[in-house]
Amino acid sequence: MNRKQKIMLVRIIISTVLLIIFHFLPAKGLIRFFLYLIPYLIIGYDILLKAGHGIANRQVFDENFLMAIATVGAFAIALINGSGDYTEAAAVMLFYQIGELFQSAAVGKSRKNISELMDIRPDYANIEQDGEIIKTDPDEVEPGTIIIVNPGEKIPIDGIVVDGNSTLNTSALTGESVPRTAEPGDEVISGCINLSGVLKIKTTKEFEESTVSKILELVEDSTSRKSRSEAFISRFAKIYTPAVCGAALALALLPPLFNLLIIKTDPAFAEWIYRALTFLVISCPCALVISIPLSFFAGIGGASREGILIKGSNYLEMLSHTRITAFDKTGTMTKGVFEVSAVHHATIDEDRLMYLAAHAECASSHPIAKSIIKAASCSIDRSKVSDIEEIGGNGITAVVDGHKIAIGNRRLMEKIGVEYKDCHKTGTIVHIAIDGEYSGHIIISDMIKPTAKDAVADLHKAGVSKTVMLTGDAESIGKETAEMLGIDEARCELLPADKVSAIEELLSEKKGNDILVFVGDGINDAPVLGRADIGIAMGALGSDAAIEAADIVLMDDDPQKIAKAIRISRKCMRIVYENIWFAIGIKFICLILGALGIANMWLAIFADVGVMIIAVLNAIRALLVKKL
Amino acid sequence: MKKTYKIDVDCANCANKMEEAAKNTSGIKDASVNFMTLKMKVEFDEGADADTVMKEVLKNCKKVEKDCEIYL
Repeated sequence: MNRKQKIMLVRIIISTVLLIIFHFLPAKGLIRFFLYLIPYLIIGYDILLKAGHGIANRQVFDENFLMAIATVGAFAIALINGSGDYTEAAAVMLFYQIGELFQSAAVGKSRKNISELMDIRPDYANIEQDGEIIKTDPDEVEPGTIIIVNPGEKIPIDGIVVDGNSTLNTSALTGESVPRTAEPGDEVISGCINLSGVLKIKTTKEFEESTVSKILELVEDSTSRKSRSEAFISRFAKIYTPAVCGAALALALLPPLFNLLIIKTDPAFAEWIYRALTFLVISCPCALVISIPLSFFAGIGGASREGILIKGSNYLEMLSHTRITAFDKTGTMTKGVFEVSAVHHATIDEDRLMYLAAHAECASSHPIAKSIIKAASCSIDRSKVSDIEEIGGNGITAVVDGHKIAIGNRRLMEKIGVEYKDCHKTGTIVHIAIDGEYSGHIIISDMIKPTAKDAVADLHKAGVSKTVMLTGDAESIGKETAEMLGIDEARCELLPADKVSAIEELLSEKKGNDILVFVGDGINDAPVLGRADIGIAMGALGSDAAIEAADIVLMDDDPQKIAKAIRISRKCMRIVYENIWFAIGIKFICLILGALGIANMWLAIFADVGVMIIAVLNAIRALLVKKL
Repeated sequence: MKKTYKIDVDCANCANKMEEAAKNTSGIKDASVNFMTLKMKVEFDEGADADTVMKEVLKNCKKVEKDCEIYL
């Protein structure tokens, strides 16, 4: 609790005690009136002052004014009709203030919780100066400086490891708990926690430009983009309060006048004015105005903890209406890294074949050569290789262990006159001939991510009715991948510009409130990310371009996070709607009961404060997204 | 030109009122108050002087909500 809240708590306690004492005092008449005025003023003086201030600045319809009118009115009625029941007026003010205190404490608490979740901001950077290690403000570290990160510390600035080996915990950024290794030459990202060894890192960026600063800025700004629900609530609040006040005025005047003039009975002014004052107590839209932004804030905070950065409440709201999801293939559903997936028709032992192939390729820097060398589980001994000859566009010939190896595509096989076997599998086929004899082929293909299939199934389960894959790959590869993953449709051989028109086509297909989401790796599909209703970039850790272009950013490259993001948005929106209906519903019922004279001011204030407390507690639930 | 200021205000409705007041101040193109992070994001008109405009914004905000603060 801060100072303001503590003072309020003291005021609440004092006035409560006074009210209880006065309840048992036999004081009558004006003495009683003045006695009750003491706790009333203790608890409500600031409301009265604010109400006066509001009137002076022509801001009439605010909650201070309403509370002031309602309580002063109740006091006046009790004084005039001689009932001496001043407890009610003072208690209404008391409960109102308790509600306000609770609200400010709850909001303060969740504000703190959420910022703790996002507590990835490094406080200092260690730099070496004259053989001594000193702590400095990361803001003051120039790019190219060597910083030292001890085990247990956060990496403050993006950079490249120059010395030391360690493992890094990236969970604060990605939600992923498996540590990453860091060795000299590796790029490392600020915000990761160094787990095991001391690292010396050469910074490549300024602090302001580093990943951690960008993420913090993104999350802190996110709730500035308001959702439709929030806009609805602000509009509703603007109309609601004056409308209820008008209704209160009508309630105070019309029925008594009707009694007086038409049916010529007792006008019962006091009774109707009391009912009107009850209206005023219910007229504050606090519960709605506080709980809706709080729900979004909590939802966005919870999602960012899971490595899902949402750039605005509006996107969180839209995401819950996702019906069509389009994906990029390479880098999104596949790893985007070429790997040896199979060896076919090997006439000799497969390991031996890979050994020979890897040695023949050892001098090449071609990505295919690299993946073959990586797949061959042997160390490369260059002294065993001689006469390496690269035949541009075809392959390589070399002598390994005294055998003449030819490795390359079918043109190479045709050229050296070796009969080869074709392959029905998709991917790049590398044929191998040993001493002029065909010895089999290696298939190299882009590997599908292990979670891709589940990710698509999850999306369908989460209510996505259509999944589409957009790819520049050949029809055969694209269709096969889509089928394997359970994706409904594959659009293949698309150039980047075609992807935009494919998205436009899909956009025209959807109806009403449906939302089209496009998921890409954010590197070369920025225009597509921009064109879709929501663009999601994945594997964004370290890629500024993706963070800029997308509406939602997945920090790691697990496609299952897409469905998770949708589930988080659904939960958040469910809470938002619950709160809207609950708060408006209860207020409406109270208004009716108040007009009929069934609900008194006590019930009105309990409804007001109670609804607010329940709505705030409900809103905080949006933070709990771990198990979704 | 855009700038972000830290603010202090007690209730969400008051934050909305501050936003309105800031928007209606001359020299301000757009303003957005975030009650949850207690920040005010302001976009100034071309050529407006941020400091003088913000003093005016603070004055207008104080009018609608006495208990508010903008840390300039």
